[in-house]
Amino acid sequence: MSVNVENLSVAYRSRKGDVTAVDNVSFSLADGEIMGLAGESGSGKSTLGNALVYLDPRMKATGGKVTVDGLDLPIGDNNAMRHRRMTDVSLVPQYAMSALTPTRKIGRLINDLLKSHHVKDRDEVYTELKRRLALIGLKEDVLNKYSFELSGGMRQRVTIIMSSLLNPSLLIADEVTSALDVSSQRAVGEMLIEFRDRGYIKSAIAITHDLSILAQVADSIAIMYAGRLAERAPTSVIVDNPLHPYTQALLNSLPEVGVRHDQATLTGIPGRPPSLLNPPTGCRFRDRCPYAFAKCVETPPFEEIKPGHMVACWKVSQEHGEQAGAGQGQPVKEQV
Amino acid sequence: MTTLKVDQVSKLFRSTARGGGLTPALRKVSFEIKPGEVISLIGESGSGKSTIGKILLRLMKPTSGTVTFDGKDIASYSGRGLKEYYRHVQGVFQDPFSSYNPIYRADRVYDLVRSSYFPQVGDKEWDNKVEAVLDAVALNPADVLGKYPHQLSGGQQQRLLIARALLLDVKVLVADEIISMLDASTRVDVLNLLVKLKRQGLAILFVTHDLSLGNYVSDRTIILRHGAIVEMGATERIFGNPQHEYTKMLLTAVPELHKKWAHEPLAAVSAVNGATPGAMSTDVISNGDGAAALHHATLLDELTHTEQVIKRDFRAVFSTSRAASSGKSQIAVALEPPALHEFEPDHLVAEPE
Repeated sequence: MSVNVENLSVAYRSRKGDVTAVDNVSFSLADGEIMGLAGESGSGKSTLGNALVYLDPRMKATGGKVTVDGLDLPIGDNNAMRHRRMTDVSLVPQYAMSALTPTRKIGRLINDLLKSHHVKDRDEVYTELKRRLALIGLKEDVLNKYSFELSGGMRQRVTIIMSSLLNPSLLIADEVTSALDVSSQRAVGEMLIEFRDRGYIKSAIAITHDLSILAQVADSIAIMYAGRLAERAPTSVIVDNPLHPYTQALLNSLPEVGVRHDQATLTGIPGRPPSLLNPPTGCRFRDRCPYAFAKCVETPPFEEIKPGHMVACWKVSQEHGEQAGAGQGQPVKEQV
Repeated sequence: MTTLKVDQVSKLFRSTARGGGLTPALRKVSFEIKPGEVISLIGESGSGKSTIGKILLRLMKPTSGTVTFDGKDIASYSGRGLKEYYRHVQGVFQDPFSSYNPIYRADRVYDLVRSSYFPQVGDKEWDNKVEAVLDAVALNPADVLGKYPHQLSGGQQQRLLIARALLLDVKVLVADEIISMLDASTRVDVLNLLVKLKRQGLAILFVTHDLSLGNYVSDRTIILRHGAIVEMGATERIFGNPQHEYTKMLLTAVPELHKKWAHEPLAAVSAVNGATPGAMSTDVISNGDGAAALHHATLLDELTHTEQVIKRDFRAVFSTSRAASSGKSQIAVALEPPALHEFEPDHLVAEPE
């Protein structure tokens, strides 16, 4: 296991009290695994990704433990984290399109980056950089260009190259395809897979709200809802056999090429996600869920229904429990 | 029959960035929208799709060509005439979050419509009207009226803006990427709303880069590339039997849930530009350095490269136009889009460039 996250909680300080944006989240990544993390806006997916790399002053880790390659990742300690960024964990930020300052050439940005991480053998890194640029079809002269001279797709590829230059164990790619055209999306998605295959990155978390992109690039998909994980399974299982009602509803709302409104009417999910300031007790999808029943006022455990398939849903646990004759999961204690 | 007709519209931009010159954003684009018709205008960034929307909304003037509404050139409108034009033609844009002024309540956009278009309407009648349009976009008045923009979800904000357009006697709606910022779960509601409005006779120009969304709502499809139409016709014909290499390439790149990219051959890729992949990528492949170099990325840069070439040509044209008086006609030549021919009824395909 290259990455292990246990009961991680992250809160934002606000005047009305702490808002727990990531609530008791646990998962682990195998070597070479690309995990997709999907959810609606405000579900906490970007907060989770950011927390693993940089907790900004508004955020604080309120519990949990993260290990990368067996070593503790001190996410709450900014100074200690400085030495782990880029080599152990690295982030391709959301809005990477505007993450590159327009006042410096790309080459200078990369130089700054190597300097601040005290890289000794810079020549070697530069040789590697040139190889990687060639691999993704960028010419070396991008290093002599300003970010605004590059197209959106090129800029996105440059940010990924920069974030992964020091071969991090875990690369967090936050909405890297969202602002791109379909053909650039494909190029960037294939680039992620290629970098993983070549061992430039050991594992990756691809954060997006677009499930169809994840179906292309991810080995497994985790679905997040209102700060908690709802379901986690291999990609094919999530796409073809989702168990959590939220995942099912999310998939039903995706139009596919070739489907027209007069052939099949798609349905959205009624209602809105709950406010995280005072989240309701129990299952947070309860109000929007067509299958909700009495038990849903208790928080469902995130438990393994089948090998590699984790779901947090009472209905699913019950049905599965009946099938397998296994005991029921114990309710998780509400944290106040 | 109210139709909006776009006739041979071209638009040239002068770029200011380094290595700029003239960029042809639109090259002699012609089409028309009839009542109750949804046309999706599909293209990548820089294809000119938003420029068309802006020209229809008179936010921008075409360099050449005309747009006619009910047989009248929209460039001729001014003052009261223009205001009447906006009564019938309205736009909704990509980012609902920046369409509102955050210091006012969201329903202020309705008050503005009332003060400029319906000053005589009484309070009671106006409230009924607002309620009716909110009902049409499936919003509960109690949920949205009197709220500030940050209290509403993206989907709610976007539907409020569509409802605002419906307050007027709107015949044509220019919907520019209106759902790309919304979550999947709310996207569909807005799409289904467009379908419902179309059935009531509204003509919609649905501008998008997302082929699956375009396919879901539209009757007809226009594919734009470098400002020129490369394929146009009935949606099921374009998607079912794409003819232009560029359309085929776009379709293979669409991420689908149940089909992996790798299963789609990328052979069409180099054919788009009639060129072999760049030397850079061939090196990588022949080095035996892993089998799959990123074909698609290389293709992309070729696309950008063609764009550069077009720009350069225009610079040449522009410099001669200063010297020679025949410059104008040369620009006209350079603006010439690839010729369209009829592949089958209601399905036009452009010659490869």
